[in-house]
Amino acid sequence: MIEIEQVSFAYPNGVEALKNVSLTINDGEFTAVMGQNGAGKTTLVKHLNGLLKPTKGIIRVDGVETTKTSVAALARKVGFVFQNPDHQLFSETVEEEISFALKNFGFTEDAIEKRITWALNLLGLTQYRKTSPFMLSGGERKRVALASVLAWDPEILILDEPTIGQDYQQKEKLRQFIVQMQTQRKTIVIVTHDVEFVAECNPRVVLMKDGRVVADGEGRAILTNPEALAQSSIVLPQIAQVFSQLSPLGLPKDVIDTYEAKELLLKTWRRLK
Amino acid sequence: MAVIETRNLTYTYPNAAKPSISGVSIKIEKGEFVLITGPSGCGKTTLCRCFNGLIPHFYQGELKGEITVAGMDATKHPTYEMAKHVGLVFQNPENQLFALSVEKDVAFGLENLGLSREEMRKRVDWALNLTGIYDLRERSPHEVSGGQQQRVAIAAVLAMQPEIVVLDEPTSFLDPLSAEKIFEVIYEFNKKLGITVVLVEHRLDLTAKYADHIIVMDEGKVCFDGEPRGVLSREEPRLIGIGIPKATLLYQMLRRDGLSLSNTTPLSSQELSKLILEAFEAA
Amino acid sequence: MSVFDGLKFRKVSSPIHNLDPRVKFIYVCAIFVAAILFGEILPLTALLLMQIPFVVLAGVQREWLRSLRGAAFLAAIIFFTNFLFSFVTAGYVVLASNVEWAASMTLRFVVLVESFSVFFLTTSPDHLGLALELTRVPYEFAFAFTTAVRFVPVLAEEAQTIMDAQKARGLELEKGNFMKRIRNYIPVLIPLIVSAIRRSLELAEAMESRAWGATKKRTNLYTLRLRRGDFALLALAIGVLAASICVRLYVYVPTLSQLLQGWL
Repeated sequence: MIEIEQVSFAYPNGVEALKNVSLTINDGEFTAVMGQNGAGKTTLVKHLNGLLKPTKGIIRVDGVETTKTSVAALARKVGFVFQNPDHQLFSETVEEEISFALKNFGFTEDAIEKRITWALNLLGLTQYRKTSPFMLSGGERKRVALASVLAWDPEILILDEPTIGQDYQQKEKLRQFIVQMQTQRKTIVIVTHDVEFVAECNPRVVLMKDGRVVADGEGRAILTNPEALAQSSIVLPQIAQVFSQLSPLGLPKDVIDTYEAKELLLKTWRRLK
Repeated sequence: MAVIETRNLTYTYPNAAKPSISGVSIKIEKGEFVLITGPSGCGKTTLCRCFNGLIPHFYQGELKGEITVAGMDATKHPTYEMAKHVGLVFQNPENQLFALSVEKDVAFGLENLGLSREEMRKRVDWALNLTGIYDLRERSPHEVSGGQQQRVAIAAVLAMQPEIVVLDEPTSFLDPLSAEKIFEVIYEFNKKLGITVVLVEHRLDLTAKYADHIIVMDEGKVCFDGEPRGVLSREEPRLIGIGIPKATLLYQMLRRDGLSLSNTTPLSSQELSKLILEAFEAA
Repeated sequence: MSVFDGLKFRKVSSPIHNLDPRVKFIYVCAIFVAAILFGEILPLTALLLMQIPFVVLAGVQREWLRSLRGAAFLAAIIFFTNFLFSFVTAGYVVLASNVEWAASMTLRFVVLVESFSVFFLTTSPDHLGLALELTRVPYEFAFAFTTAVRFVPVLAEEAQTIMDAQKARGLELEKGNFMKRIRNYIPVLIPLIVSAIRRSLELAEAMESRAWGATKKRTNLYTLRLRRGDFALLALAIGVLAASICVRLYVYVPTLSQLLQGWL
């Protein structure tokens, strides 16, 4: 469980990036932190593995205060995948890249071997085991970065802007992967401004603006609330836009899923006929 | 009149095992707003690099086939000559601004062309106004947001007064609202000034509504080429992994299941809700 | 938004900042030559005091004082070596003139350092780049200079992100003995270098696309025009130089100890 209590954070230059943020994220929960660039999303999640420490307030991860432990100790529990895989890939082979964190955490040779195989298999990278990560395509590099974090099986997984520069198929794979992680009771936090992706996943949504949390709730409720989205400079997902314009038909407005939208419209249509 | 025309264009990067684009034959008319889309690695970016001669001049490698852009053979004219006719805007705004102030950056290309100071001043101010960043002209690139940086890059290209502007995923680092502003700027200069636009994008939900012409690529080949409603009403683009707009997708699903909507494929939520309301009223 | 904010260049405006950088440079050189001409405390003190109005007009007092403090260590070394040398050559006796000699050598160093520091503190990088472009320096060199100013903060920020990304994978930079600590930086350096190379390729591509190399006679959006203030500064520079040479040639400059003796 992650408990964030009245946390404020200012960068050394005085810019206040977080202002009195309180939030609790339960085990097994899937949360999307959304907002404009510069709203404080990445600053907030960098607090969860101790890369940043609050200037005011307390953050506890499974009861342990982040100020009282090291990043390395927290990282064991909280996996953080950065937006750009090129900011972390440095090894000669994919296999070595994945073993980097495992060695840092002091796993045994045997365990390292097993976990590499497991992580490669999970992300469909087995064929690239001995390939240099620099020879892979952008999407594949992103998966290697993800595998290198998943390998130590952290309980909490943070993904910073996982959909940037990804095409539709890659996003769909990512969504399926998240669903799979959810069934394993992992806590997942994604930072994103990709509304359509969030609409497809329907997680809990935390909306941020200027370092504050301005809305927090079920995706379906937040993503269909034009006022809340407008203040964070986020546009309604397309299905929600359609339903907001169908008021003469007396349909509900809180629809974000394409299949649900289809069923609703067909039901109304059949009744009419 | 075609402003870009390629015939059987095939290109292999140096030391690459197989071509990145192969047998590409397309025709882009003057003043069109063209959307090029396709899964990652399909050759979209490579094709863009052919339009102003970066391929083959900058990248070397092996180029076969014919390519005519603004009446010139792009393989024969160096990039600095093509640049007067074709402007390229790249994905990462950060890596295409070199100067220490916004206006100096917009002037970079003009300085390279050796224009007079008066002429430059006129064009820089015009381009800054067109992209809505005139007030930022004296700022340094660090002081403006990613969206504004990308508008600087667009202004820098427009200042060279090209006939064609090619943009390679210009908004993939931006939040949706900044992205929409960029698309509106692009749409405006396309419609008002008649500049041909070639936009490479994954996110059709944000861009399909602007396009006159859509080209879908996969594995280095063009697989669909035509009017957007026609291309997006088909099933196949979705199967090769193109993220067609949700409104278009819902329309297809509804029609398949017997809801009698008119047969103009919608490209935006407004168009779809209008169709639905019409159908329900008729019923 | 990071600790590297200090590297980010911002435009500043003040009567001194707005002066033509070329004239400022000539003025600094004049001070430099004058300081070399004199070995006595009195004229050197005058030269040091002459810089204070500039510093105040430009509003860079705090930065100037910081650079003074930065020079203090070297100044102390210069003082002691000079003093020790004259102490030994004078036959192991402490003479007032020896102390004064050491002090004036130190002062000369401070004047030299500070005149250049005023120049760099009051000349923004874009002005400096422009001055480089407009003088006979090849454009490639001026361009390299401004691009470096433009990208150093970007790279610094990137280095921070990479360090964060590796720390998130359990890297502890401060762990181990000296050699181990150096090795700890490999996972930071490789991505940084790879990304810098990728970035420079993208930059080159963007430059090509904006007609880089189209003409040998590149023009410039900005120009430097000499204004009244620049002429005044130029006159001052010539005046300082002329006066120093005249004084050096025709006027006897007493040392402080001689003056004090005269009074006593």
